Amino acid sequence: MSDLTTRGSDNSGDKPLPEKPHGILARPEYEGPGALTVADVEHRPRRSDLDPKAARRVERQITLMFLLSMVMVVLFVIAYVSLNSTQTVYIPVLGLIGAQNVALGVTFGAAIFFIGAGAIQWAKKLMPDVEVVQDRHRLASTPDQDAAAAAQYERGKEESGFAAYRILRRTLIGALALFPIPLVVLVRDMWTNTDPALEGLSPAEILSETAWTDGLPIVVDGTYQPIRPEDIPVGGLVSALPENIREIQKEFHNLNERGKSAIILVRMDPGEIRSQQGDGWDYQGILAFSKICTHVGCPIALYEHRTHHLLCPCHQSTFDLADSGNVIFGPAARRMPQLPIGVNEEGFLVARSDFQEPVGPSFWERG
Amino acid sequence: MSTTEKAGGATAQYLDERLGSNKWLGKNLKKVFPDHWSFMLGEIILYSFIVVLITGVFLTLFYKPSLVEVIYEGSYVPLKGVEMTEAYASTLQISFDIRGGLLIRQMHHWAALIFVAAIAVHAFRVFFTGAFRKPRELNWVIGVGLIVLALGAGFTGYSLPDDLLSGTGLQIARGIVQAIPIVGTWAAFLLFDGEFPGVDFMSRIYMAHILLIPGLILALVTVHLMLVWYQKHTQFPGQGRTNENVVGYPLMPIYMAKAGGFFFIVFGIIALLSGLVNINPVWIFGPYTPDQVTAGTQPDWYIGWLDGALRVMPNWETVAFGYTISWNILIPAVIVPGIIFTAMALYPFLEAWATGDKREHHLLERPRNAPVRTGIGVMAIVFYSLLWLGGGNDLVATTFDLSINAITWFLRIGLIVLPPLAFIITKRICLGLQRKDREKLLHGYESGRILRLPHGEFIEVHEPLPKAQQAVLASMIESHNTPLPAPAKTDANGVRNKRYRIDKLRSRLSNFYYRDAVAPPTMAEIEAGQAHVAHEAELEAPLHEYEESNYVTVPFHGGVLHEQGEPMTNAEALEADKGSERGTD
Repeated sequence: MSDLTTRGSDNSGDKPLPEKPHGILARPEYEGPGALTVADVEHRPRRSDLDPKAARRVERQITLMFLLSMVMVVLFVIAYVSLNSTQTVYIPVLGLIGAQNVALGVTFGAAIFFIGAGAIQWAKKLMPDVEVVQDRHRLASTPDQDAAAAAQYERGKEESGFAAYRILRRTLIGALALFPIPLVVLVRDMWTNTDPALEGLSPAEILSETAWTDGLPIVVDGTYQPIRPEDIPVGGLVSALPENIREIQKEFHNLNERGKSAIILVRMDPGEIRSQQGDGWDYQGILAFSKICTHVGCPIALYEHRTHHLLCPCHQSTFDLADSGNVIFGPAARRMPQLPIGVNEEGFLVARSDFQEPVGPSFWERG
Repeated sequence: MSTTEKAGGATAQYLDERLGSNKWLGKNLKKVFPDHWSFMLGEIILYSFIVVLITGVFLTLFYKPSLVEVIYEGSYVPLKGVEMTEAYASTLQISFDIRGGLLIRQMHHWAALIFVAAIAVHAFRVFFTGAFRKPRELNWVIGVGLIVLALGAGFTGYSLPDDLLSGTGLQIARGIVQAIPIVGTWAAFLLFDGEFPGVDFMSRIYMAHILLIPGLILALVTVHLMLVWYQKHTQFPGQGRTNENVVGYPLMPIYMAKAGGFFFIVFGIIALLSGLVNINPVWIFGPYTPDQVTAGTQPDWYIGWLDGALRVMPNWETVAFGYTISWNILIPAVIVPGIIFTAMALYPFLEAWATGDKREHHLLERPRNAPVRTGIGVMAIVFYSLLWLGGGNDLVATTFDLSINAITWFLRIGLIVLPPLAFIITKRICLGLQRKDREKLLHGYESGRILRLPHGEFIEVHEPLPKAQQAVLASMIESHNTPLPAPAKTDANGVRNKRYRIDKLRSRLSNFYYRDAVAPPTMAEIEAGQAHVAHEAELEAPLHEYEESNYVTVPFHGGVLHEQGEPMTNAEALEADKGSERGTD
C-alpha cells in the first residue's frame, strides 16, 4: 500500500502511467487529510487517461446526453398539451398503445435516463479509477468498554431499587402486561352485526344462510328475468340469482348476497344423473348448484356438458355435476352444494328451500 | 472559489455549529465502497421503491378507496353507463381522463414488480455469497421482514383498482383467512367488515397500502442501510482484499456519481417501460362482482407461488368434534409459507450453530466454496419455481396442450423429489469446481500449448496464475472447515454428558456441511506450485524465443503462426514450388 503521490509503484507489470494523466479531472495529488491510500491491486490506465483526444470525446458524449435530457423535457411538455388520451399508436411486438402514454413515457423516461447515463459515464471514464483501501473498524467493544457498560447497568439497577422493591417490580410487570388489552379489545368492533335481517347471528351462522327460500323465483344473471325449464337446452348452463337480489343489494348497499346465493343451472338428460344431494332436487334434468367454489370461493362457470364436469378457473378444482357435485380433482375438499328446485304456478323455475349446507369456502365452525 | 461554493461552505459551517456535521463529512466523504455488479441489486430495490413512493403520491390525488356503487360516465367508451364502485371508476379516471395518469399508474405497477424482483435476486446474492454471516445476521433478518412487507404491499396494491382480477384475489385471500382454525371465521369478519365483499374493507386495505406497510418498509429500509453503512460493505475475495480492509472507490465523487446516476437510470427505464408496455389493463377486465371470474386469471408474479401451492395441494380436510380443519388451504397458504419465511430468517443462526463458526466475515464466499449452502439455495429455487409453475398450470396446459391433471400430479411428486435432487447435483458441481480450483492453484492453468521437447517428448505448457486470479481462487482456504467431532457420552471421569443429544445433533449437522469438503492447498503449497510452474515456464522461454524468431504473426490470418519467408497464399506456394528450391527447416 502506498500513498497516492507514489501510485504506480504497484503496476510494475503494466505500462507505466504517464507522468500526469490527461483526463480533464486528473486526480490532484493531495497531501494530509485529503489523501487516500491506493490499494495493492493491478491497475490499467483507461484510454481516456492516456489519450487527451479520447478524454475530450467522452466529454462531448456526456454533454450530448445532458443536452438530450433537456430536449426531452421540452418534448414532454409539448406532448402533454397536444395529445389526447383517445389517440392510439401501433408499435410492432408491443401492439396498440395510447399515443399520449407512449409520448409521455418515452420523453420522461429518456429525460431521466440520460442524466443517469451521463453521470455514470462521467464517473467511469473521467473520474479516477484507482482503487483505494480503508481499514475496517472493530465492531465489538473492548473489555474496558464492556466493563463500563456493566458497571453503569449495576449502578442504575441499585439506584432504581428495581431488585430491592419486590412488590413494586411485580406490580409494574403486571400493569405492563395488562395495558395492551384495551388495544386488543378495541379491535372487536371492526365488524358489528347491524343488518336487521341477520340480527343475533354469529359469523358462522351468517355464512351458512343465503337468500334462497321456498318458492323464490330464479332469475337469469344480467337480465333479471325469471326462467322457464324449456328455456334451458340439454347441455346448457345458465348463471342465475334469486329474484330479489337487486332489492337486497339496494337495501344493504353491498354485493354480499350476490357472493353467496349465485347459482348455475345446468340441464342434462335425466338418465345421465347418477346421483343427487337429495331425492328429486332436479326439475326434469335441470340441476341447480352453488356458483361459489368450496375451495376458496372463486365463482365457477367452466362447464363441460359432455362429461358434466365443472372446473374452477382459479385452482382447477373439478366437480362432477352428474354425481352430486362431488369433487373429482383438485384442492377442493367439499362437493358443490345443490339447491332443490321446482316450478311455480306460472311455470317459472323456483327454489324449494335454502341450500342444505353452507356455500363457499370451509370455515372452522362448519363441521 | 465560486459563489455557489462559498454559499455551500457557509451552509456547511452553519450546520456544523449546530450538528457537528463536518466531523462526519470529513470521515465519510472518503468512505470506501467495494465495486461489484451484484451490489447494484440492492440499489435497484431502493430506487424502485423511491419511484413507487413518488408515483404513489400522485395516484392518491385521484384514487377513491370506496366501494359505493356509481354509474361510470368517463371517457372510456366501452364501460359508459356501467355500474361500478368508486374505486374502479377512479382508477379508470386516472387511466383515461388524467393526462399522464396512465403513465404514472403503469410506472407505479412496473416499479413495484421490479422492486419485488430485485428483492428476490438481492436476497439470493446475499445468501449464495454468505453475506448474511456474522456480523450481518440481524440485517438479514430485517431483509426477510422486508420481503414479507413487500409481498403485502404488492398484494394490497393489486387489490385497490377493484377490477375483476383484484376482487378475485381478495376473495381467495378471504378464503385463506377463513380457513385458520378457531379464529378464522371471526378474523375474516373483522378484517373484511362482515361478509365478502362488504363495503368498508377497501378503505382498510388502502390504509395498509399507503400508510402502514410503506411506513414499516421505510423504517426497516433505513435501519437496513444504516447497518450496511456502519458495518461497511462486504467485498468479494481478490487481490489486496482481506477480512480487515475495504477496497474500492471513495463515496465522493465516484459513488455519488455512480449511485446517483444509477437512480436516474432505474427511474428512466421504469418510465420508458411504462410508456411502451401496458401493464394491468384493468379496463379490459371490467368491474368486480363476486359471481363472475375470467378463465386464465393470474396474480402478479410474486404471488404466483402461493397460488401454485393452493393449486397443487391434495384436497385434505379434517372434521373433528364438529369443527373443520382445511388442510388443503392451511398447508399451502399458511403453514408452508410460514415455515419458508421462518427458516429463511433463522438460517444464519442455524448455519453458524451447525458449523460452530463464530468468526466475523467481511470477505464474501464464492458459492462453490460453500457447497451445502449453495445446494440448499438451489433447492429452494427449484421448490419455488415448481410452485410458480403450478400457479400457471392452466396456461402451461393450454399453451402446450397438456392435461392439467397430469401437470398437477407431476408437480405434487416433483415438489418432493426434485429439490433434494437439485441439492445433490449442485453440491457435486460445487465440489468439482473446487477440485478444479485446487488443481489450478497447485499447477497453474493449462495454456493449451503443446510443446515438443528436444528429446521428442510432448508436454502441455502450464502457466502461473495471474496474481488477481490466484487471490480469488485461494479464498477456498478461508472457507475450509472441518466437521465438529462426535461428542462423548461421558467425560473422562465417567460423568454423563448432559448436552450429549444436542452436541450429537450439532456434530451431525456439522458433518452434513463439511464432511465432503475438498481439502484446499496451504498457502505455502500454492506458492511452491506457482513458483514451480513459473520456473518451468522460464525454462521454456529460450525455446519460445527460438521458435518465435522463426515465425511472424500474420494479422489477417487471425494470428496463425507462419514461418518467415513461407508463401502466404496458395498461388505463392505454387510459384515457390516451381522454383523448387525451398529452404530447409
